[in-house]
Amino acid sequence: MTIGSVPVRFRIVVDDSRCMLCGRCVENCPYDVFKKENDTIHVNSRKCVACHRCIAMCPRDAISIRERPVDYRSHPVWTEEARESIYNQARTGKIILAGMGNAKPYPIIFDSLVLDACQVTNPSIDPLREPMELRTYIGKKPGRLEFRDDGDCQTLVTNLAPNLELATPIMVGHMSYGAISLNAQKSIAMAVRESGTFMGTGEGGLHPSLYPYQDHMIVQVASGRFGVDINYLERGAAIEIKIGQGAKPGIGGHLPGEKVCEDVSSTRMIPLGSDAISPAPHHDIYSIEDLKQLVRSLKEATEWKKPVFVKIAAVHNSAAIAAGIARSSADAVVIDGFRGGTGAAPRVFRDHVGIPIEAAVASVDAKLRSQGIRNEVSIIASGGIRESADVAKVIALGADAVYIGTAALVAMGCRVCGTCYRGLCPWGIATQRPDLVARLDPAVASRNVANLIHAWTLELSELMGAAGINSIESLRGNRDRLRGYLLDESIMRVLDIKPVGA
Amino acid sequence: MDGTKIRSALSMMDERGSGEGAGYAVYGAFPEFADYYAIHVFFDAVHESKAAVDRELGNWGTVVHEEEIPTYENRNIRKVHTPWRYFFKPDPSLMPRSETPEDDIVMHLVMKINTTIPGALVYASGKNVGIFKAAGWPEDVADFYRIQDYSGYIWLAHNRYPTNTPGWWGGAHPFNLLGWSVVHNGEITSYGTNRRFIESYGYRCTMYTDTEVVAYLFDLLVRRHGLRPEMAVKALAPPFWDDIDRMDAKERTLYKAVRLAYGSAMMNGPFAIVVAQRDGIVGFTDRIKLRPLVCGIAGSRLYISSEEAAIRTMEPGLDEVFMPRAGEPVVGRLGK
Repeated sequence: MTIGSVPVRFRIVVDDSRCMLCGRCVENCPYDVFKKENDTIHVNSRKCVACHRCIAMCPRDAISIRERPVDYRSHPVWTEEARESIYNQARTGKIILAGMGNAKPYPIIFDSLVLDACQVTNPSIDPLREPMELRTYIGKKPGRLEFRDDGDCQTLVTNLAPNLELATPIMVGHMSYGAISLNAQKSIAMAVRESGTFMGTGEGGLHPSLYPYQDHMIVQVASGRFGVDINYLERGAAIEIKIGQGAKPGIGGHLPGEKVCEDVSSTRMIPLGSDAISPAPHHDIYSIEDLKQLVRSLKEATEWKKPVFVKIAAVHNSAAIAAGIARSSADAVVIDGFRGGTGAAPRVFRDHVGIPIEAAVASVDAKLRSQGIRNEVSIIASGGIRESADVAKVIALGADAVYIGTAALVAMGCRVCGTCYRGLCPWGIATQRPDLVARLDPAVASRNVANLIHAWTLELSELMGAAGINSIESLRGNRDRLRGYLLDESIMRVLDIKPVGA
Repeated sequence: MDGTKIRSALSMMDERGSGEGAGYAVYGAFPEFADYYAIHVFFDAVHESKAAVDRELGNWGTVVHEEEIPTYENRNIRKVHTPWRYFFKPDPSLMPRSETPEDDIVMHLVMKINTTIPGALVYASGKNVGIFKAAGWPEDVADFYRIQDYSGYIWLAHNRYPTNTPGWWGGAHPFNLLGWSVVHNGEITSYGTNRRFIESYGYRCTMYTDTEVVAYLFDLLVRRHGLRPEMAVKALAPPFWDDIDRMDAKERTLYKAVRLAYGSAMMNGPFAIVVAQRDGIVGFTDRIKLRPLVCGIAGSRLYISSEEAAIRTMEPGLDEVFMPRAGEPVVGRLGK
């Protein structure tokens, strides 16, 4: 017992004067925090992860949670997290796992960007009275149109490459069946179909019960190739090659065998109970020309009918990588910022590797434009999009559309407790335990996700109208409509924006 | 026709300006030099920057004639620049592999001079087109250059109410590049998008105002991409998706292609614009017509203006007056 126990992270208190001993907290907590004995609720606070399931289910508001009830001696360098990580690793000798997105308090660039509005010299546009166009096409666009002169009229000669048509520039990113439950995937699928947008399958195959939604699903081919066959490729509306993930750039993935139940095993096409390990690189992609071969093979397999996306993590040279991708026949590049979520990632990667999406999108857009190849690919931004204003800002920086992930989960009840990797998600989202999965009703949860997309879309229309813009194309890359509030000059140069007041 | 009537028409609309910028364009102004590019330059100080401009022009071709543009003392105009014009013949062999080497050379020169030679601003560069602009009221600017002494077959005129760069001569309209001249009433809310788009094709925005992108966009779409002017207008002010969805298959594909290819060229915000080139003019407004545009026809003459009063000042006996729908181009072509 050199180290002994570290202070509890959360302290739960049940107010006896309010508790009516209904036992819902006991039933609902998969972490065994609560026990009912002799007409008393006993609490083991050490097991609590602050998922708030008990809080949400308690009919009498009798439960309260306090974070860090025990103080360490405060120290600006040796923070509580720093010390506890050392205790943890001194005990285990292992890599620390973590869930959700980057948890370091880096400044958030989005929160230092402000949007513009029109007054007097040009009118703002009222979206309730005037058309407001958010329709977005994702895919390759012609760099110029070719016409043939037929006497009086010109006839278009240029053929358009396949594009996805989105009613709103908000899609739901890739979260695989395995990482999240089938009910969670189904809820998202119903929501994107209703909203006229798309979702990603993640690297987990496509479960047959999702076939009815396949026209709104982007199927993913990642380094483990789980669930990939011609049936899968043909069912998707588009195909996405996943190279990297914002939460863990440079490394692969690992779905523990315990999560590989019968259904997951058949969907992923791997043996029951086996660990699903996606290697760090694709072992058939060791250079940019190899990526091109994979892009073209997938297109060949699907008769050039489907757009192919390539997803990379936002890292220092993402602009150059994206320029390579734009030349590979790919139709869109997805950039996942370092705040992107994950079911499980080594904490050291989640918190320390990669760059923010704002800077990555700005540099990718600028690089593609400077090389005259911006039209070759659409840019999809993901990782840390929390609200409609973030959507507007990242589009103004140059993105065509966004993927949301965590926000969609939060819409289904997720409290961002960051414990997804344990597979005990009490909200039925990041778990495969049947009793927990059953807590998520797709009929209700899909409504919540669709509401969120709808609400953001409305807000986006209002923001555009206020800026005197009635079509999303005119917001895209319109960095003149952004200002940096207390951002340093070097960042503003990267973003190519002016400071407030300028 | 000469510039007398256009002067009085523009003066009719003094109400719309603030006396800080006005200008005129006239096609057919230099019949004796019709085959040469009329490069117009504002010099801050001739002795400081002219040598550098001469050198640039000399590198790319021959100046067959040059002169200070005649101006006449006017107590309301402070002559802060010396306007100059060169008649220039580029050497096409210096721009191999180009389909329009002379235009490309002149465009390159305009961008080069405006971004690298301090104190010199090329504000016009078309063949047989004269641009006359300064900071002042329309009638004063007209008298300053004595535009009634010039005559031509297409006239553009503009009265400015500047908000961004008051008093700056370069900010007055018309804007010109090669054969393109643009006058614009409005403010382009998509300027940032348009500028990034056009700059990726080698254009450089140097006038600190949104209107210049219109000239560059027309040059790109019509001269370099081969779109007809009507189609270029449809790229800049395209139909709404709801309308496109209702079109027949052929048109639907066409307009979808236009919006996909030229989405970043699309202009948003309130505007009424008239663009002229050697053989015609086109007028159009933004997609929801947030700025006025009136057209008049008298015989073979087409008039486009913000106000009917201005048209009637020039031509009391009009055959027809109409207001085009939002985003619909009105095209006038030169009769043979």
